[in-house]
Amino acid sequence: MIKIHVEHLNLQYSDGKESLRDINLDVLANQITVVFGPAGGGKSSLLRVFNRLNDLADVKLISGRVVMDDVDILEPKIDVTALRRKVGMVFARPVVLPMNIRSNLTYALELAGEKRESVLDEAVERSLTQAALWDEVKDRLNEPAVSLSGGQQQRLCLARSLVLQPEVILLDEPTSGLDPISTGKVEATLHELKERYTIILVPHSVQQAARVADFAAFFLQGELIEQGSGKELFINPKDKRTEDYIMGRFG
Amino acid sequence: MEYLRGLTEIFRHPGSSASRNLKQKFGFGFLIVTALITVVPIFAIFLYILIKGLPAISWTFLTAFPTDGVKQGGILPAIIGTFYLTIGTAIFSVPLGIGAAIYLSEYASDNRWTRMIRLAIINLAGIPSVVYGLFGLGIFVIFLRFGTSILAGSLTLAIMTLPVIISTAEEALRAVPQAFRVVSISVGATRWQTVRRIVLPQSLPGILTGVILGLERAAGETAPILFTAASFFLPRLPSSPLSPTMALPYHLFVISTQVPGMPVKIQYGTALVLIIFVLGMNLIATIIRSRARAHRQW
Repeated sequence: MIKIHVEHLNLQYSDGKESLRDINLDVLANQITVVFGPAGGGKSSLLRVFNRLNDLADVKLISGRVVMDDVDILEPKIDVTALRRKVGMVFARPVVLPMNIRSNLTYALELAGEKRESVLDEAVERSLTQAALWDEVKDRLNEPAVSLSGGQQQRLCLARSLVLQPEVILLDEPTSGLDPISTGKVEATLHELKERYTIILVPHSVQQAARVADFAAFFLQGELIEQGSGKELFINPKDKRTEDYIMGRFG
Repeated sequence: MEYLRGLTEIFRHPGSSASRNLKQKFGFGFLIVTALITVVPIFAIFLYILIKGLPAISWTFLTAFPTDGVKQGGILPAIIGTFYLTIGTAIFSVPLGIGAAIYLSEYASDNRWTRMIRLAIINLAGIPSVVYGLFGLGIFVIFLRFGTSILAGSLTLAIMTLPVIISTAEEALRAVPQAFRVVSISVGATRWQTVRRIVLPQSLPGILTGVILGLERAAGETAPILFTAASFFLPRLPSSPLSPTMALPYHLFVISTQVPGMPVKIQYGTALVLIIFVLGMNLIATIIRSRARAHRQW
């Protein structure tokens, strides 16, 4: 099932930095779609299209269509709050909010108007379990979130993106600051999560891309060079540039 | 100048290790001396006023009205007046200043309009206080017919205080990491929810510090209340915001320059009360700031 359909997407920022040129891409549900390529290729920009986080940036031009569940989310008048509740995001640097562990998770629910403690408790346990963090923090939910280790913080961020039971999860280099063990935990978690979610991941390395991708899209300087199933693309790339990047000849 | 040239010479042509160490010691010593010199005046002023003013301080001095043409008795109405003026200033300047700071930091984009607002704020801070006094006289006392009153004085002081509050509050708001805002927005918060639930609580100590520093300046000013609020002598405490009031800085000015045969210890006693009032506010600000720093989670 196609979850997100991207058609002729163009994006330019006012400072002329990173941009996207004529992107066509179908993101399938219940898969890990990996968006990879060297820095400045437009990967993060694309992710920030999917939850309209680009609204915070100085966008000069955006055109094309990005259809999610029959709605063109580029339309200015869509309910962006509803969209962001449906599309969770995890950032490269784990940013925990300056609150305790539990509040980091209940924050989004309380914004959505949820006040019942039982519902909040249930959501906290569920999301932490999904993010493989519950056992480590269940006895210290009221401690400041910054007291967690880097790897734990990033899994807390993952839990935070899951707490609203979104449909899509965007992960922008979620393991770039993590040690191999924490990275492994996050990757394993992603594998379980794709049963229920549509996952779009910007990996922090080609190796990670190859490890986790069901479907992969290679971006270079704002253009989508090649896309295909993970197996195809990493073993048998069609484009010379894709091959060179995967082989580590540049990047 | 000669010294600075010598210093650049040292950096450009480092000599032998021994002479370099000597020069390093000399330079370091010089910097320590400059730092020490800057703290001398504050201690000197405080000590001087403390020594000369302390004999005047008594229960009566703090709780009685002046008598004998202000040469005897206490300074209660001036203390109360300064307290009222400070509160009045806060009522007008705090909501306005914090609101403006939130707008500038969280909502406004960088365009010609906001640059103009910022320029206005910077210039507002540069206006001499006596000009504020004259402005307050023209607008509040005469045009709006508030008369010489706590209201007119508070409004005048509030305008003078605004730039301090706006710029320190804006700085405090901007110090909150941008990442918190992005995260908050990304989980479906509106801009205002983000401000109210994340940014404001995190910047509150910084904002409070700015507010107190601004009010502290207002409490010690003479010129802005000279024409707008202050009276030389009043037989009773102000009964409403439209009453004139006595105030510590103005009282000090009057008893130091306008009253022949004024006992010196009362002058310094008044100065001491004023300086303690102001330093006390400063102390509160410092405590808030250091406590917040200890509890900050970023």
